[in-house]
Amino acid sequence: MLRLDRLELQVGAFRLSADLEVPGGASVAVMGPSGGGKSTLLSAIAGFLAPVSGRVLWDGRDLGPLSPGQRPVGVLFQDNNLFPHLTALQNVALGLRPSLRPRPEERARAEAALARVGLGGLGDRRPAQLSGGQQGRAALARLLVQDRPLVLMDEPFAALGPALKAEMLTLTREVLGARGATLLMVTHDPEDARAIAESVIVVAEGRAAPPVPTEALLADPPPALRAYLG
Amino acid sequence: MAGLCLGTLAPLLGRAGGGGLGPADWAALRFTLVQAALSAGASVVLAVPVARALARRRFPGRSALVTLLGAPFILPVIVAVLGLLAVFGRGGLLNDGLRALGWPPVSIYGLQGVVLAHVFLNLPLATRLILQGWLDIPAERFRLAATLNAPVWAVLERPMLRQVVPGAVAAIFALCLTSFSVALILGGGPAATTVELAIYQAIRFEADFAGAAQLALLQYALCGGAALLAVALTRGPVLGAGLGRAVERWDAGGLGARVADALWIGAAALFLLLPLGLIVLRGIGGLDDLPGEAWGATGRSLLVALGATALSVGLALALALRGGALAQVAGALPLAASSLVLGTGLLLVLRPFVGLGAVALPVTALADALMALPFALRSLAPALAEVEARHGRLAESLGIVGVARLGIVVLPLLRPALGFAGGLAAALSMGNLGVIALFAGQGQGTLPLLMAQLMGAYRMEAAAGVGLVILLLALGLFWAFDRGGRLDAAAR
Amino acid sequence: MRPTLAALLALAAAPAFAEGKPVLTVLAYDSFTAEWGPGPAVEAAFEAECGCDLRFVTAGDGAALLARLQLEGETTDADVVLGLDSNLVAAAKATGLFAPHGAAPKLDLPVEWTDDTFLPFDWGWFSVVGKAGGPMPTSFRELADSDATLVIEDPRSSTPGLGLVLWIEAAYGEEAPAVWAALRDNIVTVTPGWTEAYNLFLEGEADLVLSYTTSPAYHLIAEQDPGYVALPFEEGHYLQVEVAGKVASTDQPELADRFLAFMLTEGFQGTIATGNWMYPAVTPAAGLPDGFESVRPETTLYLAPEEAEALRGPAIERWRTALAQ
Repeated sequence: MLRLDRLELQVGAFRLSADLEVPGGASVAVMGPSGGGKSTLLSAIAGFLAPVSGRVLWDGRDLGPLSPGQRPVGVLFQDNNLFPHLTALQNVALGLRPSLRPRPEERARAEAALARVGLGGLGDRRPAQLSGGQQGRAALARLLVQDRPLVLMDEPFAALGPALKAEMLTLTREVLGARGATLLMVTHDPEDARAIAESVIVVAEGRAAPPVPTEALLADPPPALRAYLG
Repeated sequence: MAGLCLGTLAPLLGRAGGGGLGPADWAALRFTLVQAALSAGASVVLAVPVARALARRRFPGRSALVTLLGAPFILPVIVAVLGLLAVFGRGGLLNDGLRALGWPPVSIYGLQGVVLAHVFLNLPLATRLILQGWLDIPAERFRLAATLNAPVWAVLERPMLRQVVPGAVAAIFALCLTSFSVALILGGGPAATTVELAIYQAIRFEADFAGAAQLALLQYALCGGAALLAVALTRGPVLGAGLGRAVERWDAGGLGARVADALWIGAAALFLLLPLGLIVLRGIGGLDDLPGEAWGATGRSLLVALGATALSVGLALALALRGGALAQVAGALPLAASSLVLGTGLLLVLRPFVGLGAVALPVTALADALMALPFALRSLAPALAEVEARHGRLAESLGIVGVARLGIVVLPLLRPALGFAGGLAAALSMGNLGVIALFAGQGQGTLPLLMAQLMGAYRMEAAAGVGLVILLLALGLFWAFDRGGRLDAAAR
Repeated sequence: MRPTLAALLALAAAPAFAEGKPVLTVLAYDSFTAEWGPGPAVEAAFEAECGCDLRFVTAGDGAALLARLQLEGETTDADVVLGLDSNLVAAAKATGLFAPHGAAPKLDLPVEWTDDTFLPFDWGWFSVVGKAGGPMPTSFRELADSDATLVIEDPRSSTPGLGLVLWIEAAYGEEAPAVWAALRDNIVTVTPGWTEAYNLFLEGEADLVLSYTTSPAYHLIAEQDPGYVALPFEEGHYLQVEVAGKVASTDQPELADRFLAFMLTEGFQGTIATGNWMYPAVTPAAGLPDGFESVRPETTLYLAPEEAEALRGPAIERWRTALAQ
């Protein structure tokens, strides 16, 4: 279970507060107007941004003293999810251990993860030799081997076409759901939220609201979200 | 870094000697500032149109030209001056031409000559710095400007120049502060005395080591001031690798712009390459006269250059990782370092512990590395910042930190910048006399020292041959490192 | 890396004995020890008779030698310093780092040599050098009145430059500033050292250059080019004497004395004329090569070391003031 305990964040003049809980194993969409603080919230949970006050807790444990790499958190960014100079296999294997020479068993796990996301046999390619969808799959494969209980995604497939995006979301749901991971995903698209999330955190007007069920929220959005959804 | 620059002054300051600045020193300081300011200003003003022309034109041999244009910067000073005189001197091509036309000759001697020579030596650097600024403007912005029919100069180029120019001016200003041979040879007389000459006088004839150290401090202070000012005025990436591409432009298709660009590139090439060509011609004649010592000296020079490269790139990387304005200023200080003061200080520091002959080559490499450091840093720091901006969070979230981060992420992605920095350091070291003269025993000289000795023994032809070898090796090293950095730089 | 470092340290800690032979360390300027200079022949000849190992340590030129020695003080490894310029002799003596030589050799110098600390090994006259067919003034005054152009060295950074300033002082005394002022429009430029000046002259940047009477001999002997002339000046030519001295703190005093004695014998002096392009302090039995005897100034100007030292500062200041207008 993720708990944000009276969390206060500040970036320049921008402030954001959050006091909420996300149950373990839940898939939650994070929605709200641009500049509302969605990415800021994820940054704080991932450990890239130190809070002004309050705590981030996972299963009752304060994550404050932990660096991003030590947190039980896997992240998928908007872009630059793969190192351009490394092969897909090396990129995936980095999820196991910070080394460019995976041990045989690590190699096998990375290859299995690549096969699981449909990239079997493409492990020797570099990101530039993969299509946009394949790059997303490789990043997913790394999340898979990382085996972190909490996964944060910041509009991960925004650059993909609608069909491809739907495919990736389905895949995400499958691979993460099978592991019982908790997922927080920033998205602009109500369809994404419906497809993958059972509840939504609305981030607007300086506050991240506790999650509410997706269908209920989208059927009757609060004013800030309504203006944004149009 | 600052420790190496300033620390070497400490033993000098502790030595006996009067110190204090006399009226002649103040006159020298005035002249030093005036010539450095004029030289820096002229270099940058001329570099802007040349860089713009190079940035927006594509033609066969463009990248070779960009590399060759850098050559004057790595030449031993006396070679560069002789090349300039072959064109602009009393008996040079220019005055021959003027005489043939029945016009009065022009004199290179005086402030104009000092500035001309400094522009010759530093225009390549200024052009490179500013060209990088142009290439750092993303191509999409030019496309956007083109679709909006917006004035590229006002919306893209002027803001870029405001970022890049202060740093370029400050770097060249600092380099010209310690100019000594150029200012004196072409200055025409003692009115053209720089602070560096006063340092020579203090150390060589007056054993006034404390005085020399004070003057050196003054140079560092001026350089530090210039560097701070530049840091304050500059933001964003400056010198990097990847000068190969030309940005596609839609605003420069007019005949006037094309002719202007061609003229600027042609004029810069003529100005820089004509003296260079004459140097090469003279050198070819001297290749037959190379003394037997040249082989050993070549080997030692290569060793020193490679050592200096490793040290310089390593130090620059450490400073770049450390980051911040302090690191930038510390990295800029060596621009104003005087070889004589640095070498004398190192000599005092090292002498109690080791034989000087034993450390001649390592110490020379260290001093050369220091001299090349500002350029290596300027190449690495922005590239490092970019790598961190792009991939820092990902590395962080994967727990790739510390040394592993360096090996897995930073170094591989920095390769182009590392190659460029290494090439520059190697080339600079190859042509730099540096401190070797203070340390070398018998048969320990490098090529620049051999050249100086040949010239001192009337053997100008052989010296010209050595000069040519230096030029070729320096360009070769630069090419090899730069190329090595970009090979296999796939998927960027 | 390890073996290299060990080797470096071993070298650094090298004792004054190598393979059982005593080591004599001579601090000399680098053009003396260069492959084409007198150094290699001198080393071979001395080692053949001394049963020792002669090692050269180098510095850029005469002034650099003294600066180096002053920096190192009594901790210096040098046993003998070779190549100081006579104008620096007083300053060198004042350091107290040199020991008397105790010899009274017979020398072929244009002046009497009485110094008890330093022994000359070669000498030369400063001279204005030009090209055959070019301007040939016969004095500084005539040069100043002519259109001839001249390139000179800076007395603040070079020994020939200092020699010229003392030359004008010795020849003209109180009138020296006026002579400099008159020369101002003839002087194309002032270079940091001899190398730059001579190069400029060879490139045709000036008709004349301040160099040595022996410069034409180099072109004649080494290049078979008779086209260069040392101009005899009516006021006389200033003398430069290059000397060597024994370092007081030497751990090889006998060997150092032997070297100084050897310095004035055939094995050393025979290498000077065409190795260093100076006059040997003791003329070798075979005499001097062509081009050395043909230019012999009638008058030799010379300031004793103490005079030269006292005059140096004020003379440079007069020079600077006159030319910096």
